[in-house]
Amino acid sequence: MWIYEKKLQYPVRVSKCDPRMARFLIEQYGGADGELSAALRYLNQRYSLPDKVIGLLTDIGTEEFAHLEMIATMVYKLTKDATPEQLEEAGLGPHYVNHDRALFYENAAGVPWTASYIQAKGDPIADLYEDIAAEEKARATYQWLIDMTDDVDLQDSLKFLREREIVHSLRFKEAVEILKEEQGKKKFF
Amino acid sequence: MTKKPDEKYYKLLQELQELDFVLVELTLYLDTHPNDLEAIKQFNQFAQKRQQKARAFELEYGPLLQFGHSFSRYPWEWKEAPWPWQV
Ligand SMILES: [Fe+2]
Repeated sequence: MWIYEKKLQYPVRVSKCDPRMARFLIEQYGGADGELSAALRYLNQRYSLPDKVIGLLTDIGTEEFAHLEMIATMVYKLTKDATPEQLEEAGLGPHYVNHDRALFYENAAGVPWTASYIQAKGDPIADLYEDIAAEEKARATYQWLIDMTDDVDLQDSLKFLREREIVHSLRFKEAVEILKEEQGKKKFF
Repeated sequence: MTKKPDEKYYKLLQELQELDFVLVELTLYLDTHPNDLEAIKQFNQFAQKRQQKARAFELEYGPLLQFGHSFSRYPWEWKEAPWPWQV
């Protein structure tokens, strides 16, 4: 069961209408290392993982949905006042004719989201290493997004998200150590 | 009727977001450090503070949660804007 909370995890403010930046941000909405992928990856893997790490996967997976909502809010705020001409100039012409200003799970190049972005090997170490890599890739993407804008309000929210990826990566690394310790113990029984 | 967002709305909302940030951090930390007693004490303290803050926010600006996790006045308040991306 999930309960929706009517608030963002962290404030999202933008200082201007900027469809160009919105187009780049879509990478973190429906891209391979984006927030949808992250949430679905962890919440799917958790069913077959050892009890010791299910709580962590559940909680990080849930937090990723809060990040997805923050990205959606950024895109919404950056495009809501844009004219079709401005959207076209920003490279969002093809998006506009298909979706108007609706959000869509696609990456920055317009490629729709696919389940093949996420893995589930059933092997706890393999799955957790994938999760660590995913967090590092998301962190790198946030850095590049921060570099692409001079909007300090937007940068502030993106920096928050970048920091969260660092924490998630750290926790996943700790989860690997917890499982390795468990496996080590078993040998002596 | 609940109030529309004003200065106090943003102030209370940010205070709640700050408390919740501590709680998210402590939750993930405790998932991998379940024997840290000090962290659990801090977690319980903040959980209590967040309950009080959320109640204060909801009294003025309406329910934050639904499916029965928040109360409602008349008429049904949950469906009222603003939604998080609109503020
Ligand atoms: Fe993450």
